[in-house]
Amino acid sequence: MIIIGEKISIIAKKVREAMNARDPKPIQELAEAQWKAGAHFIDVNIGPAEENGEDLMKWMVESIQEKVQAPLCLDTTNASALEAGLKVHNNKWGKALINSTSNDPERFIMLELAAKHNAEIIALTVGKGGLPADAEERCAIAAEIMGRAAEMGVPMEDIYLDPLILQVCTTQDQAMHSIKAIQMFQELNDPPMKTVVGLSNISNGVPKAMRSLIDRVYLTLLMYEGLTAAIANPLDKDLMDVMKTTEVFMNKTLYAHSYLEM
Amino acid sequence: MSFVVPKESFNGKVLAVDFGKDDKALIVGGESCMPFLSFEGETPNRPVIAHEIQDCSPDDWPDTVKEAYKDVSSDPVAWASHCQDKLNAKAIALRLVSTHPDRIDRSAEDAAKLIKDVLAAINVPLIILGSNHIEKDSTVLVAAAEAASGHNCIIGKAQEGNYKTIVAAALAHNHKLIAMSELDINLAKQLNILITQMGFDKQKLITDPMCSALGYGLEYTYSVMERIRLAGLAQNDQTMQPPILGDVGMYVWKIKETVAGEADVPEWGTLAERGIAWETVTATSMVLSGSNLLIMRHPSAIQNVEKTIDELTSS
Repeated sequence: MIIIGEKISIIAKKVREAMNARDPKPIQELAEAQWKAGAHFIDVNIGPAEENGEDLMKWMVESIQEKVQAPLCLDTTNASALEAGLKVHNNKWGKALINSTSNDPERFIMLELAAKHNAEIIALTVGKGGLPADAEERCAIAAEIMGRAAEMGVPMEDIYLDPLILQVCTTQDQAMHSIKAIQMFQELNDPPMKTVVGLSNISNGVPKAMRSLIDRVYLTLLMYEGLTAAIANPLDKDLMDVMKTTEVFMNKTLYAHSYLEM
Repeated sequence: MSFVVPKESFNGKVLAVDFGKDDKALIVGGESCMPFLSFEGETPNRPVIAHEIQDCSPDDWPDTVKEAYKDVSSDPVAWASHCQDKLNAKAIALRLVSTHPDRIDRSAEDAAKLIKDVLAAINVPLIILGSNHIEKDSTVLVAAAEAASGHNCIIGKAQEGNYKTIVAAALAHNHKLIAMSELDINLAKQLNILITQMGFDKQKLITDPMCSALGYGLEYTYSVMERIRLAGLAQNDQTMQPPILGDVGMYVWKIKETVAGEADVPEWGTLAERGIAWETVTATSMVLSGSNLLIMRHPSAIQNVEKTIDELTSS
């Protein structure tokens, strides 16, 4: 199971302030903590970054990879900022991951960047209009994105299909649609397509004390259907323990009494 | 259309562990594929066979193998030199059986002295094994590690009940370490975790999942070794990537097929050939399932297995 550490986000006040002040320390500490907790990618969410986006993303990538030997997940809607990050990303520990393309024409450019810079990419199965109604609609959108990716020269194994997780407290029936989509996405290609979710979306709007529980139960169901990766909080030990335990049940890791410590 | 061999490639890799000194040093492990499937990955180091000797006369060994060393086995130093100089042993495994409380109960100090004498007589790498008595080994192997300081030996076996002191000694004197568990892959993983959590480098570890002889549970050993390899390679399980030891000789040379006389079981054929064949087949199975290091007794059986390895590794 691939964990994409979600903690470095413009939404967090501490991170936002560090970004504005170009103070690398809080960001590096957060990156290191997530990496040590088992994150495979570190997500770098700088938001739309309309002003100095290129400069900000470049600085973020360089500051984080100075301390952490892991690939980064570059998360912005600003394509030129994203490209600036890709140019300086050190691929020694793995390809960068672009977050994200979709069926919205404004996001097609992200696929071009993936092809040009040999990066992996998350494909959100949503279009410009409303949200997908069910798993079948998500698959139809996925197929369109895959066709476009093939035309642009992005290999299928570099794409992570994202069903778009919606919050359980307002759109309860969507929880199962997304799980079914994870299962169906894999059948769109041989070898199976990779899949990813923004896990904490499921618990958005839920009282804070319940969020971790909801996240980890949902993660188990998604993993059972073959989920490849999750954008999640690796510092949530309960969540990581559930993930490791599910991997044991699924024979992805070998059991030993100390498996939670590994 | 021509036939294309299906290939499997893995993310994981077996750790390469070196032991011994200077130009006689050896490396085991390092492969990125299942045993001998060199078309699927790298196989930089061939399996190594160490000749087993012990610190007292091998009165408990059957005649076939006792006979092979009859002129030298009363003196461990002469025995070690004989293996190195006459039999071209690449490595020697000295088992300190006489330290066992039920044998001679020889002291840790005596064992340490012998190790120094043996090390002075040979230049091939030395593997130092205790008597497999949990309490006694934890004092004997500590003294042995100190006596062999600077020789980059392999010491063992650290087990669940005594690993802490033995790990500390290997750490202090910079030796490689055998971690042994009893035919249980989950316990093998657990012991490796516990040992590395003490600060012992996993690059210095050798896993002994416990051997067995053909006809006496060999298939269990085979399966555990194969699963360890697959966990290390396919799941990239870092705790399951040390090289594997097959301690073959001690399990083979006590079973009835290597002991029973021709008069008792004429239909089994010549006793000498039978014993050698038994050790050969058992050891060959171990290298096929993933063993990187073997400890064997009979010179002819060793020759047979070396020849098989030659054939399996020639391109």
